[in-house]
Amino acid sequence: MSSPRYWREIPQRYRLEGAKCKGCGKVFFPPRLICPECKSKEFENIQLKKEGKILTYTIIRVPPSRFADQAPYAMGVVELADGVRVLTQIADCDLEKLDIGMKVRVEFRKIYDEGHAGIICYGYKCVPE
Amino acid sequence: MRDVAIIGVGMTKWGELWEKPLRDIFAETALLAIEDAGVDHIDSMYVGCMSSGLFVGQEHLASLLTDYLGVKNIPAARVESACASGGLAVRMGFMEVASGMSDIVLVSGIEKMTDVTTDGATFALATAADQEYEVYNGITFPGLYAMMANAHMHKYGTTREQIAMIAVKNHQHGSMNPLAQFPQKITVENVLNSVLIADPLRILDCSPITDGAAAAILVPLEFAKMHSKKPLVKIIGSGHATDTIALHSRDYITELKATELAGQRAFKMAKKKPEDIDLAEVHDCFTIAELCVIEALGFVEKGKSGKATEDGMTALGGKIPVNTSGGLKSKGHPVGATGVAQVVEIVKQLRGEADKRQVKNAKVGLTQNMGGSGGSTLVHIMEVV
Repeated sequence: MSSPRYWREIPQRYRLEGAKCKGCGKVFFPPRLICPECKSKEFENIQLKKEGKILTYTIIRVPPSRFADQAPYAMGVVELADGVRVLTQIADCDLEKLDIGMKVRVEFRKIYDEGHAGIICYGYKCVPE
Repeated sequence: MRDVAIIGVGMTKWGELWEKPLRDIFAETALLAIEDAGVDHIDSMYVGCMSSGLFVGQEHLASLLTDYLGVKNIPAARVESACASGGLAVRMGFMEVASGMSDIVLVSGIEKMTDVTTDGATFALATAADQEYEVYNGITFPGLYAMMANAHMHKYGTTREQIAMIAVKNHQHGSMNPLAQFPQKITVENVLNSVLIADPLRILDCSPITDGAAAAILVPLEFAKMHSKKPLVKIIGSGHATDTIALHSRDYITELKATELAGQRAFKMAKKKPEDIDLAEVHDCFTIAELCVIEALGFVEKGKSGKATEDGMTALGGKIPVNTSGGLKSKGHPVGATGVAQVVEIVKQLRGEADKRQVKNAKVGLTQNMGGSGGSTLVHIMEVV
């Protein structure tokens, strides 16, 4: 991961910064330049709500190599209270008790570690309420 | 627009072709299609390939491949739409012939996936998902489809056994295809006892990593009438649609909007309905995908695909046989080649050349080729005339 590529995503990944369309009020994550609903180009920066619920999930048993030390781990599509959906790991949970509809909240966590000379990559994960 | 016919198809045995380089796999397959068509030259070429850059470190593919096919200097382009690259090549060729721009067009698809490790292949395939907001967080392709499976089971009561039956059916079909990578028959128990990859999907729910290519020759229908002695297969519908690349951005996790729209567009052009289709080749990259696809195409109502599969509706001998070639599951899934190979199977079926897996009285066939977790889809409908 190059430094600029990591750095430019920091507002979204560290602070959950999204964009609320000034035309129709829909919230987007990550921010974008034009609203696909009403075509407005005016947005207000907002911080996403941290509470949400699991819409669907899986348990990754065969991970990409950079997540090898974390498997098995849960991932889910989570709908946050403001309607935005994110795909995140569901951390600190009992894998047997995962379920659709389960309430979770977003936390700031380490995502993966590039190793000896690389970047330590941070971002958002969800944990059960 | 001119009417377009497919007068030649070619495919070789798929698998781990360690002894063959990408350029030879392509040339061998393309030459079979040219021979089958009986043409003495080609005017232009499209090749569908997802990621030769990551799989073998080779871009600028169209020029390399025309040279090794012995047709250098013709116009040629490589097209990409992840796992739907082959279907996109078919559409490009169709538009080029229909428009009058060229008369004899070679459309092909290829992927050489075994020159990298499994981890390397997983990395390359994952580029078809959103790198910053899906892959960064740790998802894999089996993981994305596993989430669709859990959502489908939760919403409609689809059972784990019904999902496994897709793999059983497609391997049963593939056992009659001499070109299939994994022609072994399997049982529901085999699937349910195989290694978990991403719950609830297991290794026997997943299509394999494959080297292979497929090719077809497209010409104006009038040209085919004069030059071909084989049954004439006409492309009567071509539909193409896109959707969000990120699964989580879609309104419904279990619905494939791009497939629904591409299907509607192809049916409209073809002046056909789902019930007019005699057989279909669809994108079963994972077992659950075939269930969602047959719902999106309108072959069954939403939520009814598991029961329909259990009842044998989509098996050979059923109302609408799906994936008689073995599908991606048994035949193999060299990603860029898949969309063209689906057309190869439909042409063989419509010509009555499908041997043991022949669908009786097949007149109209459909192909559905999908990129990523459903972010792009190509649908083609063909009829023997």
